Amino acid sequence: MNTQTFTKTYSSPAFCEKEILRYAGCKSADSETQKLLESCLNEAKDKLVYKVCYCQLPVSINGSICDFGVFNVQSLKLARNLGGCESVIIFGATIGVEIDRLIAKYSRISPSKALMFQAIGAERIESLCDSFCADIKRSFKTNLKPRFSGGYGDLPLDVQKHIFAVLNCAKHIGLTLNDSLIMSPSKSVTAFVGMTDKKVDSTENKCLLCDNKNCAFRGAL
Amino acid sequence: MNFKEYLKNNIVYLDGGMGTLLQEKGLKAGEHPERWNITHPEIIAGIHRDYFDAGSNVVCTNTFGANILKFDDSELENIIMAAITNARNAAYESTSKSQKFVALDIGPTGKLLKPLGDLNFEDAVSVFAKTVKLGAKYGADLVIIETMNDSYETKAALLAVKENSDLPVIVSNAYGEDGKLMTGATPAAMVAMLEGMGADAIGANCSLGPKQLFGVALELIENASVPIILKPNAGLPKAVDGKTVFDVTADDFADDVAALVKKGVRVVGGCCGTTPEYIKSLTSKTKGYSPIALANKNITVVSSYTHAVKFGDSPVLIGERINPTGKKRFKQALIENDIDYILCEGVNQQEKGVHILDVNVGLPDIDEEKMLKTTVCELQAIIDLPLQIDTADIAAMDTALRLYNGKAMINSVNGKAESMAAVFPLVKKYGGLVVALTLDENGIPKTAEGRFEIAQKILATAKKYGIDKKDIIFDTLAMTISADNTAALATLKSLNRIKLELGCHTSLGVSNISFGLPNRDAVNSTFFALALEDGLSAAIMNPYSADMMKTYYTYKALKGLDENCAEYIDKANSFTVTTSAQAVNNKFKQEFGSELQHAVIKGFKEKAGEITRSMLESVPPLEIVNREIIPALNTVGIGFENKTVYLPQLLMSAEAAKSAFEVIKTEMAGSENKQNNAAIVIATVQGDIHDIGKNIVKLLLENYGFNVVDLGKDVKPETIVQKVVELNAPIVGLSALMTTTVVAMEDTIKLLKEKAPWCKSVVGGAVLTQEYADKIGADKYARDAMETVRYAEEIINI
Repeated sequence: MNTQTFTKTYSSPAFCEKEILRYAGCKSADSETQKLLESCLNEAKDKLVYKVCYCQLPVSINGSICDFGVFNVQSLKLARNLGGCESVIIFGATIGVEIDRLIAKYSRISPSKALMFQAIGAERIESLCDSFCADIKRSFKTNLKPRFSGGYGDLPLDVQKHIFAVLNCAKHIGLTLNDSLIMSPSKSVTAFVGMTDKKVDSTENKCLLCDNKNCAFRGAL
Repeated sequence: MNFKEYLKNNIVYLDGGMGTLLQEKGLKAGEHPERWNITHPEIIAGIHRDYFDAGSNVVCTNTFGANILKFDDSELENIIMAAITNARNAAYESTSKSQKFVALDIGPTGKLLKPLGDLNFEDAVSVFAKTVKLGAKYGADLVIIETMNDSYETKAALLAVKENSDLPVIVSNAYGEDGKLMTGATPAAMVAMLEGMGADAIGANCSLGPKQLFGVALELIENASVPIILKPNAGLPKAVDGKTVFDVTADDFADDVAALVKKGVRVVGGCCGTTPEYIKSLTSKTKGYSPIALANKNITVVSSYTHAVKFGDSPVLIGERINPTGKKRFKQALIENDIDYILCEGVNQQEKGVHILDVNVGLPDIDEEKMLKTTVCELQAIIDLPLQIDTADIAAMDTALRLYNGKAMINSVNGKAESMAAVFPLVKKYGGLVVALTLDENGIPKTAEGRFEIAQKILATAKKYGIDKKDIIFDTLAMTISADNTAALATLKSLNRIKLELGCHTSLGVSNISFGLPNRDAVNSTFFALALEDGLSAAIMNPYSADMMKTYYTYKALKGLDENCAEYIDKANSFTVTTSAQAVNNKFKQEFGSELQHAVIKGFKEKAGEITRSMLESVPPLEIVNREIIPALNTVGIGFENKTVYLPQLLMSAEAAKSAFEVIKTEMAGSENKQNNAAIVIATVQGDIHDIGKNIVKLLLENYGFNVVDLGKDVKPETIVQKVVELNAPIVGLSALMTTTVVAMEDTIKLLKEKAPWCKSVVGGAVLTQEYADKIGADKYARDAMETVRYAEEIINI
């Protein structure tokens, strides 16, 4: 197995306006909200990048310990998620710093736009992760488990330190980890994706993995 | 021969990749390669020796990530000592006859600087400083700063080298496919900043193969007067049959780099995926090439963290509105520390089309150094225009230039010996384009001749400090014609002479010319046109003046500076200003109570401001607030609580209301009519940099008439509590998005209970729940911004 880190740059995945509005806390858009959305999309779309760095690592599960060779973590939920997998893709993905600049700028002068850029960022990074996973599925000719990130269920956010050390995200895609384990740029994701020959139930809802029962978005996926 | 001398007349060969070779020799994913200097010295020295044997003049020590963020002090020292020793041994053992140098290699910290990340600029400087001092101590010949993908971090590293050693320093950045750094800087912007700070060579490395870096290399060559570095990857890595292969061969690599050497690149090598074979191929392909002589490009330029602004044929507009002189509302904003108001002035001027923002925040009663520092940092967090640091306070100038992310314009120096002695060292250290006023100890000469002579004196003194004339821009001082009707003539004549005879660029604070006269815009814009014709390069001006903008666009169209008159045509419509607000539409009255209420409810920001402005002519301000704005806000607020209005709509209405309030505030600025109710202190807690939610709460609270003191994001518990005590605040609002930062929220509440037991805490943020809020001892958990408003209404009676 080649455990080297590789990088990929994607072109813009298709935008899903409905999903953006959902992230903006909007069940339906009146004409003013729609105008706001469109103007924000126009302003953001050419400023985004779609970058991923990833590597393939072996995994062995022992109870709640997931051992990836170069590091291991304890998480029953991740162990369950990766059950039956012999290897895993670890990836870091980002849509770059410009969305953070837009959010920061409008946060000071127009919170409605800031909210919309925040929602666009959330939708974009999820779409990028989807594109990447679809790509991996094709190129590795494998089935993939639902992606699983630090902070989901009982997987501590500390796992970020291991992921960043292995992938060297800063050098490959400019993604960095702050002392409080927040990522910069903020619209970024790191995750484990189990690789398996077996069929994976694609309807598996990732909200079910999460312990935050009060989340406003719970079950909406 | 030392490195600087060698660089003058030779093509310099750097080494190739290190990391990829170490992986082949067993370096594991996640392992620090720097430790191999100590654990595997023979391997590291062997790689260096292979590069020297292949023809490299410079090998870079294996210290890419050697800094105090990754290693403790003693390990760091051992690593750097071992790394330099390994490289020295390799030079000694190599059979190559070429000149050999050892470069202390400095890569990025792996963290992003504030405001994008959490590393302070000064902390970054300290991190690099430690590495630099050790590199100098153990005898490196030069420093190479490389693979930097952020201009601000690059500046921190270069500053650390300059402040802690006398070593030559070459600086190379990692550009992406779009030809920019990850944080947005173009090659021209990087050249402006780095050359200004005194880098000995500037270039590009990593990220891409030589073909993809062609455009970047050409842009560097076009702009730089110092040698250009190119150290590309061997293309991109691909996994082939379980092995990692780079897609550019040594032969192709050498061909591509050699082609760029012919174009003027002087310092060449390879990055990821390249091996001694690549360097060997490159040295043999370029054998017999003579280096292209360096030329002073003589470009007058400033830069921001994204782009460069050059001074040439097309006039440069410098927005003058961030300045309290003669502006009551701006003074009030400074006194109240209302940074948002200042930022809005910046954003609005950018939208009007200025190229540079003048920043002057001097007032007799404020700490100018602190205020200028805050303003510069806040402006460069959200606006990508270059800034003109405008202050007479040298300490404030020093701080602002140090923290500025780019090459700033500096306003100003003058012909007084004292002024030059204070300002020129700062220009030399941080780089910058300095505005030089043609006055001296004897005042402002009446004649053009007198001003010209002062300009000559300033240039001669600047030269002694090593400041080139391209970095001086003369302001021949526009004085009002109402006091002396020959004043404009002297100004114009002297600027014309300076342009023609000294070959320097010029700038004027145009608006002064009309002081004391009616209809000043007419005088200003005509003077602006005359000055442009006499060779004016830049104007500090009011971009809100339609007359000034008209002159600017028509001048460009008439002078052949606007292809197909496209810009003129685009702007022509905006020249007609509508001054009278439209008549009240009855339809709105019936449906929404009034036109203003309609504008607020629908979230028409500009319209709400306009209507308020015209209403103020006949309606008292308080009546507008109580009868129009508050009822409209209530309609929307209740709609939100009943889930018929969603968050974006609520916010658009709040912004429209804010714009109406702003008009009222401007109208009342200076009068003793300030809100006198108790303050609500709000902040995003320490460690957390998310502030959308907090800003939404602030906006709504202000709309409802509360006096909000916003401490920003990532705020320490002590700072919050201190403010609460100082203001005797009855409520504090705390926001956190991450489970990891709720801890800081808990600490803040604990400290509050101890030091300010009267104060109620209201908490909110994505991860918070009622349960969580109870656990950390908060008085109130607010699900959304409206709930905070309602809670504040309960606690404070306005």
